[in-house]
Amino acid sequence: MLNINCPFCGARNESEFIHGGALKPRRSETPQELDDDAWIDYLTVPPNPIGPLEERWWHVRGCGKWFTLCRDTLTHQILQPGDDQA
Amino acid sequence: MQQYSLFSLARNALSHHRNWAQAWRSPELKTRYDVIIIGAGGHGLACAYYLAKNHGIHNVAVLERGWLGGGNIARNTVTIRSNYMRDESIPFYVKSVALYEGLTRELNYNLMYSKRSMIDVVQTYPKLREIKRRMMNGALHGSTYQRIDVAELRRRIPPLTGGGADSRLPIIAGMVHPEAAVCRHDAVAWSFARAADARGVEIHQNTAVTKLLREGSNGEISGVETNRGRINADKVAVVVSGHTTSITDTVGLRLPLKSFNLTAFVSEPVKPLIDVVVNCPDIGVYLSQSDKGELVIGGAPDPGQSFRRDIKQQVFEDTVCSLLELFPSFKRLKLMRQWGGTLDIAHDATPIVSATDIPGLFVSAGWWGGFKAVPAGGYTLAHLIAKNEPHPLIVPFSLQRFKRLEFILEAGTTTVT
Repeated sequence: MLNINCPFCGARNESEFIHGGALKPRRSETPQELDDDAWIDYLTVPPNPIGPLEERWWHVRGCGKWFTLCRDTLTHQILQPGDDQA
Repeated sequence: MQQYSLFSLARNALSHHRNWAQAWRSPELKTRYDVIIIGAGGHGLACAYYLAKNHGIHNVAVLERGWLGGGNIARNTVTIRSNYMRDESIPFYVKSVALYEGLTRELNYNLMYSKRSMIDVVQTYPKLREIKRRMMNGALHGSTYQRIDVAELRRRIPPLTGGGADSRLPIIAGMVHPEAAVCRHDAVAWSFARAADARGVEIHQNTAVTKLLREGSNGEISGVETNRGRINADKVAVVVSGHTTSITDTVGLRLPLKSFNLTAFVSEPVKPLIDVVVNCPDIGVYLSQSDKGELVIGGAPDPGQSFRRDIKQQVFEDTVCSLLELFPSFKRLKLMRQWGGTLDIAHDATPIVSATDIPGLFVSAGWWGGFKAVPAGGYTLAHLIAKNEPHPLIVPFSLQRFKRLEFILEAGTTTVT
């Protein structure tokens, strides 16, 4: 069971959180300049590394905050605690 | 290939079973093949078999990082069914169920195929509407669903004593999918391996592909780099389930896939008490009873992307709690083993069986619940590799669908969540 560090509440049990998926790349400031392939890539291709992955979590059964943390997809170790900047 | 029969069993019993022929060879690795299939799992071995049998391509190598049939073909809950949602999906799975039914005879290998119906225990009206929609769409394509009332549901699943009128989610109906079956998972891998080997296919275990290789002006595929050296081939198929992107990344091919961990666990063996596959879509649990008497129980996937092959405590507890709501008598069962597999799922939850932008490179991926699709997946992938054009059943499963944003949404009918 993961012990997740919420930036507001501190370390809490994973059961209080809902996973919000991998952090998506930023939407282009000028999408009209992207070609179709780049746009489809942005829409459908997620990061899928064996190793560190930045992802969104929601402290739904706590303070309700959304935040980003970095977790290893192989070891499940949290490499960077919750960060509310993203 | 040595034929298995009652006669051969009796004859080998006389020599104390010391003289059985090996099921497949362990040949020397050559430097060139017509086709390389990466991954000796269900889909890879089935593809090799159908390449040799239907298309006369025998110079095939199946490369496997670990041991034959040690991946997701050994890490699933052996359910075979065709109750999908979309027009594009149902005919494919109907074909797969039909191929499975004839497989024991075709491959001369006892798959312990047991047709036993799947019964959905429906607890919410939105889910009932969704399954009724699948019932009507299935009727168009030869996949059956029948509605039964709660009394009949409880008669057919005696331990289903929870979910009464005063519970959190009272049971409102049952939906029966009569084509559903289970069979022995290892036998699927072993029988395809044995039959493919008999037709000249080489299976190389402990041969990890580290890199795909491209050459020429169009950047066509030229072979693979492995821990045992370079192997050349004009056609390479990536059939590695959850690790697809780690292989296709080596040639910069980006695929709309995410890898997840899906787990299951089994109880101690008990006397026969459930003779169907029970699926509880509203609480996210499914189970069946194996021939040994163990209850094979599966739940929802681990929500975050994962390459692990074990079960997470959180997932395990959620599944057990849900299960006990409907089957309170299972509270005293001991759970014996757990396992997990790494699966990848495409952006729209429909599999990808497709050629790629790289000439000669094929992928078969996104198999969430790929066990039921093993024969049809191999059959159609072999057709695609041999003829360079997709079999009619997998035309919709092409990578092109993403470029046209023509998604085939199967979330909910493929996955529990």
